[in-house]
Amino acid sequence: MVASAAVRLFGMWASPAVRRVEWALKLKGIEYEYIEEDLSNKSSSLLEFNPINKQVPVLVHNCNPIVESLVILEYIDETWKDNPILPVDPLERAKARFWATFVDVKCREESRKAFFMEGEEKEKAIENLQVQLKALDEELEGKKFFSGDHIGYTDLAVGWMTFWLGVAEEAAGFKANYDVKFPNFSRWIKDFLAEPVIKDNLPPREKTVEFFRAFKQLGSCTKVNQK
Amino acid sequence: MAAEKDEIKLIGGWASPFVMRPRVALNMKGVVYEMTQETVGKKSDLLLKSNPVYKKIPVLIHNGKPICESMIIVEYIDETWSDGASILPPDPYDRSIARFWTAYVDDKIPDLIRKLRLLVKGSAEAEVEAEKLNAALQLLEEAFEKCSKGKGFFGGDDIGYLDIAFGSQLGWIKAVEKIVEIKFLDKEKIPGLVAWSERFCAHEAVKEVMPEADRLVEFTKMLLSGSFAK
Repeated sequence: MVASAAVRLFGMWASPAVRRVEWALKLKGIEYEYIEEDLSNKSSSLLEFNPINKQVPVLVHNCNPIVESLVILEYIDETWKDNPILPVDPLERAKARFWATFVDVKCREESRKAFFMEGEEKEKAIENLQVQLKALDEELEGKKFFSGDHIGYTDLAVGWMTFWLGVAEEAAGFKANYDVKFPNFSRWIKDFLAEPVIKDNLPPREKTVEFFRAFKQLGSCTKVNQK
Repeated sequence: MAAEKDEIKLIGGWASPFVMRPRVALNMKGVVYEMTQETVGKKSDLLLKSNPVYKKIPVLIHNGKPICESMIIVEYIDETWSDGASILPPDPYDRSIARFWTAYVDDKIPDLIRKLRLLVKGSAEAEVEAEKLNAALQLLEEAFEKCSKGKGFFGGDDIGYLDIAFGSQLGWIKAVEKIVEIKFLDKEKIPGLVAWSERFCAHEAVKEVMPEADRLVEFTKMLLSGSFAK
């Protein structure tokens, strides 16, 4: 076990990107100190550790800051080698990274549009999101998790869709993910959320829906303050 | 370790900075490969089959298995041909810095280039986008100071992951300099990066695959005139 002072995580309770890092730390059994940030009034520490993006999560290990949640996941896997979250084989690693960036860039973009926009633009975003969900559904054919029998890097990367997509749908009044259309994906969501490390580390649903409802009212298509 | 009778194919295009990335990586590893040139406006069946999700170049096909997304391919190359010099630095913290700045480059630079290459020199819009590119380059200048630790490349003594990610954009940066007639690689403003860019472009693994700025300017004209088949 690592001494808690050596590992610090700056986060925000509603952020999926922060939870992603927490899931990885807990899977590895790494002790850490968590610092909750008020994103409307960022601490001087956060701004010092992440001056470029000024976002959460930021992992600080032995006073070195690491930012961008997927970069943090790779760092965690390379630094604490027990219970690896990335596969060993280079081709499998490339596939894992491929799906992670697909979800982080493409699915997040369409989800954001479906969330913030209205009318035709909203409909188009939902349509695009469903094409993406189909691709994810097909990738899960014959597999319990994206990473195989146990959750790994890809599951942690796609994991925000198991909870926050539903939250976004409820808060913004749209539906993209249907169990009947994406049966493998739907099954994966249940299995992922049943994992102890995950189910014990999710924000309260009602509070998160409220938060996102308020967030939607704040403005149009602005960037979410977390990566 | 790669097998003895390896079949390595790269689906690409000479003008794409993203295709250039795996080419530099393969060159650094001394790996022989075959590149197929995609026709602009008409995607090949091989591309559509190998990258059904994005339908974009580059795609590396290694013994029949496709790998997509340029920096993912670079990392795959580094991990597969692991003898000799490594493209990613050995230390996890240095790796995270290289990955962070690569994400920054990809977030800012290609979009700015795509906008700038369509703009008219002297226009207000060109000034606005040029300011953004200059600001990004200024940050990358500071990153270079920190990452290079006094040596010639972001990766230290030799080209590394971030050199490849950012250096591959240099052809297009020089092309938009000509299109909007604004100097971005200005040694008064970003001396470290200007010197680095010269070293990068002269590198053995880079010089044959870096597209010339004039040729990219012509390419842009053809894109705008709709010369490419649909």
